[in-house]
Amino acid sequence: MKQKVRIAAGQGFWGDLPDAPVRQVEGGPIDYLMLDYLAEVTMSIMQKQRSRDPSAGYAKDFVPLMNQILPACVERNIRVTANAGGVNVEGCADAVREVARGLGLAGKLRIGLVTGDDIMAKLDEFLDRGIELRNMDTGVALSTVRDRIQSANVYLGAAPMVAALNRGAQIVITGRATDTGLTLAPLMHEFGWAPDDWNKIAAGTIAGHIIECGAQCSGGNCQYEWRNIPNLASVGFPIVEAAPDGTFVITKHEGTGGWVIIPSVKEQLVYEMGDPHSYITPDCVADFTTVRLEYEGRDRVRVFGIEGRPATNTLKVSISYSAGYKAVGTLAYSWPEAYDKAQAADRILRERLDRLGLKFDQILTEFVGANATHGPLAGAPSPDLPEVQLRVGVRSENRTAVERFTKEIAPLVLTGPPGVTGFAGGRPKVEEIVAYWPALIPKEEINPVVDIIDV
Amino acid sequence: MKVQLTKLAHARSGDKGDTANIGLIALREEIYPILVREVTAERVKQHFKGICQGNVERFELPNLGALNFLLHESLGGGGTLSLMTDAQGKTFSTALLRMEIDIPDEEALTFDLQG
Repeated sequence: MKQKVRIAAGQGFWGDLPDAPVRQVEGGPIDYLMLDYLAEVTMSIMQKQRSRDPSAGYAKDFVPLMNQILPACVERNIRVTANAGGVNVEGCADAVREVARGLGLAGKLRIGLVTGDDIMAKLDEFLDRGIELRNMDTGVALSTVRDRIQSANVYLGAAPMVAALNRGAQIVITGRATDTGLTLAPLMHEFGWAPDDWNKIAAGTIAGHIIECGAQCSGGNCQYEWRNIPNLASVGFPIVEAAPDGTFVITKHEGTGGWVIIPSVKEQLVYEMGDPHSYITPDCVADFTTVRLEYEGRDRVRVFGIEGRPATNTLKVSISYSAGYKAVGTLAYSWPEAYDKAQAADRILRERLDRLGLKFDQILTEFVGANATHGPLAGAPSPDLPEVQLRVGVRSENRTAVERFTKEIAPLVLTGPPGVTGFAGGRPKVEEIVAYWPALIPKEEINPVVDIIDV
Repeated sequence: MKVQLTKLAHARSGDKGDTANIGLIALREEIYPILVREVTAERVKQHFKGICQGNVERFELPNLGALNFLLHESLGGGGTLSLMTDAQGKTFSTALLRMEIDIPDEEALTFDLQG
């Protein structure tokens, strides 16, 4: 058994720095590359893409990335875990296989596919059997939006990825799998951790949590002494160096920018946290109040002491549904009296919308430069602001109403207060809202599937 | 004396649906008890008046010298439903750091906090 396993994070979200995974592979020794592509609503976007093109529906960027790094990965036995498969894991794996063949890697590469997360086809059966899939946040039953559902996927844990690794997969491609599982699975595979060795499973889970947002634990978005953070232009993405006992070090490649310090790791630990005693994943319940941190050197933070508890008997389901339409219009008002003019424009706009009899579920006005981020906490703006952006958003079930709204923005330039510009983009775009519906499902209802493809 | 939290702590915030979470981290270990004493769930709810429509929960992480706050019903519906510039609650962290708390002058001197 290895005494140390290095897992490098290459993407914090779908659309993160394109070169980051390449630099993780080329910048120093690693054993695994972990790539997290799926945010909450990504699956519905991919579902839409697949309905237009049956070969689409996965993170397209993953394929050219593999083309770029596969030779190095094969040569140095770097394995990849990625939830790049989206709603079309097979399509994604086929594309990677073609790329690998083109690189002359036939016979040298095994790809593992994890599926079974897509429960779209079984929804009615579940509902008929009394599995209500109530919204975890609001308690509302799924039947209320049944006819508007676009995708439904269960968050799978580490177990099926471990199975794929155990069967020799060098690249493991999943659909909807937890971000933390992408890091935990390699550790369970390498160190032979039992699925009920709760403290170690929790340690691997928290290691995953720390690196799953990429550079957000290594200097990116770091409030602590942000002016002193070195060379963010070349920020190093994080690497977990884990030991068989469940302790690990967060670090990054030498010569990269950013920093790995206790405050940067703490900031990521508390990111998107609920009850810190109970961080619930398919694999365990991790206790963040047991995490201990200490320095082990420059850009090296050692993490230890982690405790966990048995996993729950449910899995989280990520359902997306169509929830109406929205549009956001903006105009820029300049000095003098920029804020007053933007406010006057907002009053005029609302009067016109009222007169048109348009009904919206919500209208929101923000003044960028005065209160768009901190709202009333920002206090009264300086009377002499150099400029203010008026930003008005509307939301409605009725597409026509939202479309009508978009025609009322640019005319304010010729029919409202003076000193205004910033309308060159034309009418705001009407966007269909695909909303997120979190629910729980009993674990025994879900059967993850692991397939192996030899290139 | 009044001290703004930005002198005592750093923070990071994020979202889960319509709930914003703010992790408030003491800049130094000895500051943590002051945060526990002064930055209560009630005070945070009051601070975010007009922004947070639901209740505020607080959790303690003494191991990190940090408090975690959940501000329910704060993101205009959350996710893609929200019309807010900050639909993901990313700037709630710095909004919390605007808060001023009262610290006895003597205690402030001990911590070298000069206003």
